[in-house]
Amino acid sequence: MQPDTGGNTLRLFSDFVHGSIKLILNGNRLYRLWIGVLALLIVSGAAAYLVQVRNGLGVTAMRDQVSWGFYIGNFTFLVGVAAAAVVLVIPAYVYEWKPIREIVIFGELLAISAIAMCLLFVVVDIGRPERFWHLIPPFGFLNFPSSLLAWDVLVLNLYFLINFTVATHILYRAFHGRHYRNGVVVPLVLLSIPMAIGIHTVTAFLYNGLAARPYWNSSILAPQFLASAFCSGPAILLVVLQMLRRFTRFEIQDQAIWKIAELMAYAMFLNLFLHGAEAFKEFYSATEHLLYTRYWYSGLNGHTTLVPYAWSAVALNLASFFLFISPAARRNPITLNLGCAATYAGVYIEKGMGLIIPGLTPDALGDIYEYYPTLTELRVAAGIFAVGFLLFTLMLKVAVPISLGEFMDRSHPRPEMASHAAGD
Amino acid sequence: MDTEGMPGKATRRLFTKAAAGAAAGWILTACGPKRLYDAPKERLLTLVANLEQESRQRYGTEVTVSDASAIPGVEFAYALDISRCVGCRRCVYACVEENNLSRDPQIHWIRVLAMDKEKGVDFSHADPYYQPEQVPQESKFYVPVACQQCRNAPCTKVCPTGATWTEPDGIVVIDYDWCIGCRYCMAACPYGARHFNWSEPSIPAASLNSKLHVLGNRPRPKGVVEKCTFCIQRTRAGRYPACVEVCPVGARKFGNLLDKDSEIRYIIEHKRVLVLKEDLNTMPRFLYFYAT
Repeated sequence: MQPDTGGNTLRLFSDFVHGSIKLILNGNRLYRLWIGVLALLIVSGAAAYLVQVRNGLGVTAMRDQVSWGFYIGNFTFLVGVAAAAVVLVIPAYVYEWKPIREIVIFGELLAISAIAMCLLFVVVDIGRPERFWHLIPPFGFLNFPSSLLAWDVLVLNLYFLINFTVATHILYRAFHGRHYRNGVVVPLVLLSIPMAIGIHTVTAFLYNGLAARPYWNSSILAPQFLASAFCSGPAILLVVLQMLRRFTRFEIQDQAIWKIAELMAYAMFLNLFLHGAEAFKEFYSATEHLLYTRYWYSGLNGHTTLVPYAWSAVALNLASFFLFISPAARRNPITLNLGCAATYAGVYIEKGMGLIIPGLTPDALGDIYEYYPTLTELRVAAGIFAVGFLLFTLMLKVAVPISLGEFMDRSHPRPEMASHAAGD
Repeated sequence: MDTEGMPGKATRRLFTKAAAGAAAGWILTACGPKRLYDAPKERLLTLVANLEQESRQRYGTEVTVSDASAIPGVEFAYALDISRCVGCRRCVYACVEENNLSRDPQIHWIRVLAMDKEKGVDFSHADPYYQPEQVPQESKFYVPVACQQCRNAPCTKVCPTGATWTEPDGIVVIDYDWCIGCRYCMAACPYGARHFNWSEPSIPAASLNSKLHVLGNRPRPKGVVEKCTFCIQRTRAGRYPACVEVCPVGARKFGNLLDKDSEIRYIIEHKRVLVLKEDLNTMPRFLYFYAT
């Protein structure tokens, strides 16, 4: 093909931007309603956050005893969602399994949205957000390698960058009717697999390394984080894929969906097994460290706020395991989606509140302060989720037509994009 | 070429030099290290001047801000006699006054735990909210806990911005202007010694302690972490911490670990000494002992 001149590239890029904006602005009533709801949640979250910035984190339910809460719980859960993109990437690129390969791009877009939410949750949790640059050398100082939080800052941003590069490259090339460059995509995708495991391991180590908190100071934490992530991430993606199939011309084979559901069953089994192993150790040895586990499952001295959540999580996780392990149930659209909802809710509870709050209750000196998020925290969190969903929706709105060959640079009309050799 | 005798050129050269110097200075101040940990003396002095002016405006009182650094040959240590403490909490309130702790929301750097004699030192039965008619209660003993100034401090290790560190005299300090308020150090501390300013701290102007230290009791902003500093503003000036002075039963001892004749060395060598949560290997500079 013709070598691109500078001006040509610029024109192509502006075509891409204009076309994307046009795609984003047009949609049916359902789409407009969805965007409207998200916008409302974002406005409400922003208003709540302004109150928090003005008055300090005292408007949350966090106090010295429970110094991390709902925000950090959501952050942890979403790191798992972001990491789970690998579940799809591994079979697609390593085993060249076609039905999943087509949908890898959506896993990557989900990862991008999830990381964006993670970073927002960290920003709203810190007391002096305007000082974030204190982390960035050379202006600031990053306490690397001593602080695991420094590690997390690095790996999360790197992971974000990798996924962003791969997704943008694939889509932008497809927009020009060209296959992505294997030389660019394959190494980055191969790198993103250890990175995905890395972001979740580092996030687990963040808690794991604290000897002051016996509930977290258990080496089972990182494997258990990964296992639960491989449940929650695909749960979201399965729902998204079915919606894509329903609302667009996009064809997603049943086999791909069933395969993912089957993989989720194994991941959920592992998750339940690791939880069981931890519970056995705690209850059988019954040391003073049992306090935290007891606070989560049965309450302490009449403080039982979290107990219903604990058992809901166990029930939901068990239910989703049985639904996904049975071939008939995972092939039935109703039980499949019930399973997804159960997985999502179960992991959300155990990984969010169930990890953070019992880790800090009772506090280091034995004081029991029962944490329960305030309305401000809930509104801010809902706002951040809305930002993430909005980002994901808008990216899908552009990515789907490109993948379908509907939205393309008109000077190179090549509908059969997949048939072209890499780097033509 | 000889241009020395030409006044015009000399002035120009002087101007160029001055401008280059100013630019370099500006870049260094703007981009150079900002933490108090490695701040140059000039920056410390500017900070001190700013703090003094701010306090004057805000509280209407003259304050002095010290930037005294650690005295060579000094490593502070603390020892608390559990058999003597009566649980009166005078130390708690002396600390509030001395260190300009926020009255609303209320922050206490010292937490006194009432424990049952029959259960021994056990945090799962500790009661920080005891409120009997009279202390000490017969069945109880009291364990006041503040920052243990660990030699192996879990809090400084985890700080992502290096805003907290151990000074050469063993005091773990926080740079209130550098802390981003992520509270990772609070999760890492096994002694609940770190406290966060959840809202704008308030101190009545009349009760402001005007003798301040940059790393110690100067008023803090909201959104940052604070903790006991062994009264750095006093101890680096050769005085005892406020809690030592106020204790009515003499349960609190303080001194220089490196001085062979100090009271603290006598206690370590002759009394039954323990540290809290020894299994965590934090190696506190805050010891507990039984004198009787």
